[in-house]
Amino acid sequence: MNGGASMAHAVTREAIEAAFRIESPRLIGGLVRLVRDVGLAEDLAQEALVAALERWPVTGIPDNQGAWLMATARNRAVDQLRRHQMVKRKHGVLADEESIAPARPQGIEQALDEDIGDDLLRLILIACHPVLSKEARVALTLRLLGGLTVEEIARAFLLPATTIAQRIVRAKRTLTEARVPFEVPRGEELSARIPSVMEVIYLIFNEGYTATRGGEWMRTELCEDALRLARILVGLVPDEAEVHGLVALLELQASRSRARLGPAGEPILLLDQDRARWDHLLIRRGLAALARAEALARPMGPYALQAAIAACHARAKVATDTDWKRIVALYDALAELTPSPVVELNRAVAVSMAFGPAAGLQLVDALVEEAALRSFHLLPSVRGDLLVKLGRRAEARGEFERAASMAGNARARALLLSRAKACDLRA
Amino acid sequence: MVMVRATKKSEAGIMPEEKLLADMGRFNEELVKAGVMLAGEGLHPSSRGARVIFTGGKKTVVDGPFAETKELIAGFWLWQVRSMDEALEWARRCPDPMHGEGSALELRPVFEPEDFGKELTPEQDALRARLEQKRNR
Repeated sequence: MNGGASMAHAVTREAIEAAFRIESPRLIGGLVRLVRDVGLAEDLAQEALVAALERWPVTGIPDNQGAWLMATARNRAVDQLRRHQMVKRKHGVLADEESIAPARPQGIEQALDEDIGDDLLRLILIACHPVLSKEARVALTLRLLGGLTVEEIARAFLLPATTIAQRIVRAKRTLTEARVPFEVPRGEELSARIPSVMEVIYLIFNEGYTATRGGEWMRTELCEDALRLARILVGLVPDEAEVHGLVALLELQASRSRARLGPAGEPILLLDQDRARWDHLLIRRGLAALARAEALARPMGPYALQAAIAACHARAKVATDTDWKRIVALYDALAELTPSPVVELNRAVAVSMAFGPAAGLQLVDALVEEAALRSFHLLPSVRGDLLVKLGRRAEARGEFERAASMAGNARARALLLSRAKACDLRA
Repeated sequence: MVMVRATKKSEAGIMPEEKLLADMGRFNEELVKAGVMLAGEGLHPSSRGARVIFTGGKKTVVDGPFAETKELIAGFWLWQVRSMDEALEWARRCPDPMHGEGSALELRPVFEPEDFGKELTPEQDALRARLEQKRNR
């Protein structure tokens, strides 16, 4: 036996699907431009995949997979068009190719030469169209731009595949019914559409970063999908400062992924994390993206501000080096831009670190009556933390227990209960 | 991680031709646009490198160049992809990095925390010990 022998790589189903996934957003984007229907475009792309799965194991994977898939999908579109026309002729209707579908071969060749960046931008804007619900936008974006299968999306969101499939079908129907235009907007009109896209990407990231349901603290793959989408978006609209801010925020948050989990899968809070385990490549990328955001826009938007806060942590080699005064100032700016009780709570934490736990507790106490935070486990958790620092352990214990009863995530709940118990140990 | 194998030319410090640079630039742009590329660098020939060799508790510094050209690398990328299959598909799209000189790309997955399974890595173990100490203080 030759242990060192290398084997030629077979053209497996997985290899074909991987090649397809790389091409899929551009393919669907191009097809949407041609047939002006998201559902039809996706169907045609799927037919091209089926054809590739039949042909490529025999012929090998072609060098230009994108062109092969596009040509195949185009032929299917033309076949469909012909069938349509035959039916129409049978019924004595005058054939009007243009009105049935604009998928004429010559037009397609020309269209293929157009900027593929526009196709992707069109696709991302349609998938994140404000006419759709958040859930629909998330599912459609992961499907069309992330290239995830319905099953993969379902697994990531811990939902039945049928639920996701229905969401996508309904989303496509909504787009058709709302007659969403297929032209890519420019200038201010384009800028106005970007926040909806950023919101979707941030939702996907957060779903992975702070798994809201189930026993896992994080689902890393979802974070990576969101990061890739953000990097794609910033390439499409490089002049949008806030998109650089979003990329910076995601890179910096993702840089801590490995350090956020303890050996038993329990969460480790930011200040307790082993900073050697942070991903310094992602930190460098995040800081570079933040610098681009800052160079493009003053004042900064909410994503860039949050990224700047994350950067303060990333720059501190040890937790005690953290520039908390700057973090307070950044939270001040964020609170002004997007006032919310959650931002206030975070600001209170920063204040406690910069100016002492008593100053922080005063701010937190002012939030206790806040309706929006009534079921938010971080409020009692933060209060408990500050009470511990002030030596008020009995009160702290109650707060941690209250927080544990409110936490939706099993890992977070376990951490809070152990902190409640620790109050006793130290008393 | 994707490593580009060195060739005689790359070891001689001969820069690639303009066309290859342009093709490589386009490929890199594709990687960036797809959100796949985390990092990528070309390396100087081994004549500008050095090795620290560990033998039975002794450390010796040896200056380049190194003879075994085919085992040297001339550059590398770090890609973020979902699977080895996806990485291979991207690698297949790469222009011949050494222009017919018989180079190769070698793809090696970077360890992820999941790869350690339930076993503790030494650093995780140390961290847990530190945290416990802190809590009991």
